[in-house]
Amino acid sequence: MAGIPHDHYEPKTAGERWLHKRLPIVGLLYDTIMIPTPKNLNWMWIWGIVLTFCLALQIVTGIILVMHYTPHVDHAFASVEHIMRNVNGGYFIRYLHQNGASLFFFAVYLHIFRGLYYGSYKAPREITWVIGMIIYLLMMGTAFMGYVLPWGQMSFWGATVITGLFGAIPGIGEPIQTWLLGGPAVDNATLNRFFSLHYLLPFVIAALVAVHIWAFHTTGNNNPTGVEVRRGSKEEAARDTLPFWPYFVIKDLFALAVVLLVFFAIVGFMPNYLGHPDNYIEANPLSTPAHIVPEWYFLPFYAILRAFTDDVWVVIAANWLSFGIIDAKFFGVLAMFGAIAVMALAPWLDTSSVRSGRYRPMFKWWFALLVVTFIVLMWAGAMPAEEPYATISLIASAYWFAYFLVILPLLGVIEKPLAQPATIEEDFNAHYGPKAHPAE
Amino acid sequence: MFRNIALVAASALTLSAGGAFAAGKELHIPDVDFAHEGPFGRFDQFQLQRGLQVYTEVCASCHGLKYVPIRSLSDEGGPGLPEDQVRAYAKQFTVTDADTGEDREGVPTDHFPVSAMENAPDLSLMAKARAGFSGPYGTGMNQLFKGMGGPEYIHAILMGYEEPPACAEGFESDGYYNKYFAKGAIPDTCKDENGVSTIEGSWIAMPQPMSDDQVTYADGTSATLDQMSMDVSSFLYWAAEPKLMDRKSAGFVSVIFLLILSVLLYLTNKRLWAGVKGKKNA
Repeated sequence: MAGIPHDHYEPKTAGERWLHKRLPIVGLLYDTIMIPTPKNLNWMWIWGIVLTFCLALQIVTGIILVMHYTPHVDHAFASVEHIMRNVNGGYFIRYLHQNGASLFFFAVYLHIFRGLYYGSYKAPREITWVIGMIIYLLMMGTAFMGYVLPWGQMSFWGATVITGLFGAIPGIGEPIQTWLLGGPAVDNATLNRFFSLHYLLPFVIAALVAVHIWAFHTTGNNNPTGVEVRRGSKEEAARDTLPFWPYFVIKDLFALAVVLLVFFAIVGFMPNYLGHPDNYIEANPLSTPAHIVPEWYFLPFYAILRAFTDDVWVVIAANWLSFGIIDAKFFGVLAMFGAIAVMALAPWLDTSSVRSGRYRPMFKWWFALLVVTFIVLMWAGAMPAEEPYATISLIASAYWFAYFLVILPLLGVIEKPLAQPATIEEDFNAHYGPKAHPAE
Repeated sequence: MFRNIALVAASALTLSAGGAFAAGKELHIPDVDFAHEGPFGRFDQFQLQRGLQVYTEVCASCHGLKYVPIRSLSDEGGPGLPEDQVRAYAKQFTVTDADTGEDREGVPTDHFPVSAMENAPDLSLMAKARAGFSGPYGTGMNQLFKGMGGPEYIHAILMGYEEPPACAEGFESDGYYNKYFAKGAIPDTCKDENGVSTIEGSWIAMPQPMSDDQVTYADGTSATLDQMSMDVSSFLYWAAEPKLMDRKSAGFVSVIFLLILSVLLYLTNKRLWAGVKGKKNA
């Protein structure tokens, strides 16, 4: 399965051989868990395990919540209160699920930015990257629909605003919006289909996660140097790698325990800190909240959505060129989805032959600015749509696009990269000094 | 490099996350040190009982608590009333039985009644729904470090009735001026040329519900407006988050367990890698 040469599973007993001939499942598990992993992986490579844990946590807590939840506009809010007050441990399961979404996105953002810095998206790992982006989009859809289920004020008005985005598509927008909602406005039909999809999509995500892992187990992991594992022989590969079990399983579990320490402290002591208090008011279609603010993990893209108002020259130009079909609202929608699309296209936009940002002196600074931009967008997205936040959002959005569409292609041409280590072993020994390898 | 970026990003993320709370003009709600605040905070059972008394004698004439089962008054970590008192308390309500359709005396398994007045909001979750004033600059810092939230807001509203400011002279309103209420009507004479209010607070529909010595506490606590407001705010926070004490204990168990697990895994990991790593150079 893996491109890196290593020992494979050999059935030893008659029973094992019998099973292996019919279903080589033990061999598959062995190859997956014993995969040769670059031994110089740093602590930014732990988020995959955290994310896998998050998916499992959300599915398990979610299934329990469904047992007590009622997807009906008249009962949804009360059934959540029933979970919080009457179900044994229900308050904790619900807070785990609610804050689990935040941990999920916190980890996915670090995971994505790690990939962007160390060039994990570059050949031959483009498929892993693109599948990851699809998973991220599905996560956003799932989280958004999940947020509607408690049927609080922010649930209702968030759903109204976000489905309204589809209404901005010229010509066919309104029929699409009606089709999505199951009626002219957010109502019981909307709640029911969101509930159904919120239950379905995590399993689609789980399947895509399997493909994501399959893809990078085929190419092998990237690593902080971006230098590939030597594949000439088993012995050569063994000098650059260590088996996933036990070295990286234990390392990842340690990291997971530390992350969960913080997570459980938040769930236990401040579970509502990251949420919006208005969602403890039952949805009321007749009363619009003063500020409709999405959850924190949507804020950067929400800021991009709002940044392109009708007085911005690109919007005016787009409007004129499209004979008025593209207005500011539609432009904002295109920009929001475009912001994710350009990220998905990074493997083809980055022209540098060097993978890791560690050996790219100019790239480092542009990347740091991208991280700052992301945080600025997150903050601006939470602020009301007025000056100076509008201008700040616009500048930050412009940089987001410029990074992917202009800076990444140009840097590959003008930047003079630093010398990279010849092998992973060399990099590892430079940090820790040579020591006899257990395989030797 | 990446480590530094990650650290800055993580800390900035926690700061900006609180921005989600930013809503409207920042209110300067005074902080109250409630017994339930902080990781070690516990509800003051006697304060909850006094709060129940204030709720019953004052608030309940208009407001409801429809999500709160009366039986939970005897729960541990709540007001902890003896069960016979809870039964007696439930009897004061007349309930239409869901099965027979006939009116009967209330029993502990019934919920508190819904609001008696149409425009009086239900108070079951008010103490969680009004936590959104967590300045400064929408960072949520006051919530994080001072434990400020809905109970402070309710306390402030009850304390915030004052004579209207001079600019409102001649302003005809159905409401009452409250310096901590932000969402109500404001006369044009109290706004600047941009339509921005020049005063603190606005006009609220609820008349001042209580004044000093409105209730007589059985335990002899002096029933000042401040005391009653704190008591009822604390009670309403319990009503909104009845499992607070259980949640914090579960939090402690989880944190201690994960702390031990982390240490053990750290040592395992160190030992495991010791066979591979030489002496660290950098």
